[in-house]
Amino acid sequence: MSLTLEDGSRVAVIGGGPAGSMFAYFLLTFAQKMDLDVGVDIYEPRDFAKPGPGGCNMCGGIVSESLVQMLAVEGIELPATVVQRGIDSYFLHTERSSVRIDTPLKEKRIAAVHRGGGPRDVTEVEWGGLDGHLLGLAQGLGASVIPARISEVGSDGGRPQVLLKDGAETYDLLVGATGVNSSGWELFESLGLRYRRPKTTKAYITELNVGYETITQHFGSSMHIFLLNLPRLDCAAIIPKGNYLTVCLLGEDIDRELINAFFESAAVKRCFPGGFNPEQGACHCSPKINVREAARPFIDRVVLVGDCGVTRLYKDGIGAAYRTAKAAARTVAFAGFSAGDFQKHYWPTYRSIAGDNRFGWFTFAVVHWIKALGPLVRGVVKMTAREQTSPGAAQRMSIVLWDMFTGSAPYRDVFVRTLDPRFLGRFAWESALAIGGGRSNGKES
Amino acid sequence: MDLGALGKEYEDQEVICRQGEAGNFMYVVQSGRAVVTHEDGGAESVVGNLAPGDVFGEMAIFDRQPRSATVRAMGSARILTLDKRAFLRRVHEDPTLAFRILERMSQRIRSLNEEVSRLKRP
Repeated sequence: MSLTLEDGSRVAVIGGGPAGSMFAYFLLTFAQKMDLDVGVDIYEPRDFAKPGPGGCNMCGGIVSESLVQMLAVEGIELPATVVQRGIDSYFLHTERSSVRIDTPLKEKRIAAVHRGGGPRDVTEVEWGGLDGHLLGLAQGLGASVIPARISEVGSDGGRPQVLLKDGAETYDLLVGATGVNSSGWELFESLGLRYRRPKTTKAYITELNVGYETITQHFGSSMHIFLLNLPRLDCAAIIPKGNYLTVCLLGEDIDRELINAFFESAAVKRCFPGGFNPEQGACHCSPKINVREAARPFIDRVVLVGDCGVTRLYKDGIGAAYRTAKAAARTVAFAGFSAGDFQKHYWPTYRSIAGDNRFGWFTFAVVHWIKALGPLVRGVVKMTAREQTSPGAAQRMSIVLWDMFTGSAPYRDVFVRTLDPRFLGRFAWESALAIGGGRSNGKES
Repeated sequence: MDLGALGKEYEDQEVICRQGEAGNFMYVVQSGRAVVTHEDGGAESVVGNLAPGDVFGEMAIFDRQPRSATVRAMGSARILTLDKRAFLRRVHEDPTLAFRILERMSQRIRSLNEEVSRLKRP
C-alpha cells in the first residue's frame, strides 16, 4: 500500500497550537504547489480568543529573533494586532547591577505576544493571541477546525481513526501536536507509538497587570533576564507586553519557595517603581515543559510535532514547533508518511534539535557555576558593559548572552563562541579585576 | 498599536541599502512602501516599488555581487533585516524556505521580459 499523499488524502491534526497550525499551513501550501487536493482537520477544543486558561497554551510568549526572520521570509505576517511589543534589547540583571544589551542592528527583532486572549483578569481584549492567529492562517488555506477534545483513537484497516461522540473519522495520517500538558501520549501509544515519552519539569509563569505606562517607563521594549544565585533556577525573565508583564521562571521543579525568593530579590525589586510590591498575578500557571525529547516520534501514518516530541531547551519553543512542523509537512508532501520516510527526512531535523539541547544542558550548567561565584558574575557584567559602551568593540560576551537568553542561535554556536581564546582571555581578565576590586571602564546601570 | 511593530523605522527618502555596497543582509518590508532605483552613468531611474511583505536584497546574498540597486523609504516605512548567514543555514536545512523568494524572482523576471519585449517593439 502506498503511503504517499494523493488527491483526496485526509489528515488529522490533534492540537491546534503553533505546531499543529503550522503543520497544516505548510502541508496545504505544499499540496497546492503540487496540485493535490488534501483535506486537513485540526482537532482543537480551546477557543484561543478567550481570556484565561481556557484559551491559553501556557508559555512565556516570545517569538525569537530567528523565528521572526524565518516567518517573514515565509510570508507569515506577525501583525501589530498580535505582537504586543517589539523587543529591541535586553537587560541582564544580577544581584548588584544591571547592563543593557541592544540588538546589533538596533531593530525590534523579537515579538512579545500572548498565546491566547490574555490573562484571566483582562478587562478588554486589545490584542489577538498568537495561537489564534496561526490557526486562522491554516483555516485560510482550507483546514477545518473541529472544536472537540479527542480522548480515543483507533485503527480502521491499518489507518488511524479518531473516535468522536457521534461517530468515527478515518484518516490517512494522524499528526500529534498536543504539547506535553495533555494526555496526548496515551492516544499515540494506543496507535502503537510505544517509545520513551518526553521528560518534563515544571516551570512557573504569571501575568502581572502593571499597566501600559508603568511598563513603558520601567521596562521599555527590553526583555529582562535575571542571573541570580538561587538554587534550582536556571533562567528567569520578565517580558513586557501591552498592559501586562509576563514573569517566567525556568529550572528544576519551580516551587513556591523559589518563586518568593525570586520576587524578594534585590534585582527584581530594582526593576519596579518604588513602593510597588511585585507578587503573583491573578493569572498564573505551572506548565510542564519538555526537557528531554521523546525517543522516536513516528511510526507508519503517525508523526509527532512540537513539544510532545522535542522542543528547544527552555528557549524558542515556538521556533522548535515551526521547525518540526515544517519538516514533517515537507516529508509528508514530498516523500510520504511511512516510518521510513519520516526516518529519512524528518528525523534529521528532530535529532538536530535534540542534539543541540545537549549543548544547552552543558551551557546552563556552566551558568549555574558562574552564578555561584560572585567575581565571575561581576566579570560577565563588566565585560558586557564595556562592550556596550565602547564603540567598535567586539561584542563577544554580548552576543553569547543574547543568543543564550533569547534563543536566537543554536546552543552549539553559543558553546563554540565561548571557546574563543579572546573571549576566555577577556572574561578571565574582567573576573580577575572583580576579585581584586580593580577599576574597570565598563559602565553599569 | 505601533508598539508591536517589528523591524526598524525609516524616514521618507532614507536609504535602506545602496547600489554598489556589499550585501550581507536581505530585507522584508513590514509596513509602508519603498522605491528601488538604479543608477547608470549618473542617471538614476526607478526600477521598482516595494510593498508590505516584499523581500529585497536577496540577489546579493545568492550571487555575492555588490548591491544592484538603491532602496529608499517612500514615506515612513518599517523594514526587518535578515542575517545572511542565518538565512543560508536555514535554507541548507530547509530548501523550501527559498520557495517564496523564487516565486518573487520569477514574477520579477516575467515583468522584466514584458518590459524588454515592449522596448524592442518597433
